[in-house]
Amino acid sequence: MQHTVSATEDVLTIAGRSMRSRLLLGTGGFPSLELMAEAIAASGSELVTVALRRVDPAARGSLVDVLADAGVQLLPNTAGCHTARDAVITARLAREAFATDWVKLEVIGDEDTLLPDAPELLRAAEELLDDGFVVLPYTTDDPVLARRLADLGCAAVMPLGSPIGSGMGIRNPYNIALIREAVDVPVVLDAGIGTASDAALAMELGCDAVMAASAISRAQDPVAMARAMRAAVEAGRLARGAGRIPRRLYATASTPDEGLAEFGDGARELS
Amino acid sequence: MILLNGERSDVRAGESVAAVLVRLGLDVDARGVAVAVDGEVVPRASWESFTVGEDARVEVLTAMQGG
Repeated sequence: MQHTVSATEDVLTIAGRSMRSRLLLGTGGFPSLELMAEAIAASGSELVTVALRRVDPAARGSLVDVLADAGVQLLPNTAGCHTARDAVITARLAREAFATDWVKLEVIGDEDTLLPDAPELLRAAEELLDDGFVVLPYTTDDPVLARRLADLGCAAVMPLGSPIGSGMGIRNPYNIALIREAVDVPVVLDAGIGTASDAALAMELGCDAVMAASAISRAQDPVAMARAMRAAVEAGRLARGAGRIPRRLYATASTPDEGLAEFGDGARELS
Repeated sequence: MILLNGERSDVRAGESVAAVLVRLGLDVDARGVAVAVDGEVVPRASWESFTVGEDARVEVLTAMQGG
């Protein structure tokens, strides 16, 4: 009964920080900052990712200001980094820029799938942890790698459901369930979420939170999808705590046979 | 030649990081900005005193939507 959930007191705690929302939001892909701000509000998210890129003197509107107004905590990512070295430097720059030692660590090993590069990821995680960072690594759905990352001291693990932006959902739910068993830190399902049912499934599998980016920002109506994701995460969390019935091949009648009327052969004569 | 965000620039050796930021239209107290010179982070507290050398590679970064 460890997963019993009280909807009013249920908080997610990562590295000592407690959040009421179990939905993390990516800020990439929104058509405008206004729509992004509306979607953040609709999602209820308290932790949102940002990337670090070269200053564009022609850029209009300040993302940092909009996010500060939204009252959310920033989770800088190292998106686009292909080596441990680049990821570590990017994390250090993000710490300077955003005054947070939290980092969503991404080290990409392949351009087409954007899958993580496991050896580089471990190397970068180790170096950043030594440097005092709170590291949330984006990882594959490999339970062994997740355990290695947790053993190093990562504050959470963020296994993918399927490749970033693919909307393919959770391709290996059994691995996600194994990861939940393999580590003691929060498990945040990251990448691959396509729609609300994917987020609910992640929570039903025992994930502690879900991260959604493209699924919301590139939906036809991002604000409505943000609302849907929020409801799905809450529903999945409650269902996990409620304890689902086992799957069976054959039916189990939900109405008892006891007291069932008997009509003799007369009924057959009618047909 | 000093490279500023990957492009040839007329930044001269001996200019401070703060001066480079002004060239980009940024305040020295701008939120959400970080600077690396030759792959090393230049902490905010050193922006006025840190000067760029010959052939330095200066990266000035800020928040962008992502992830």
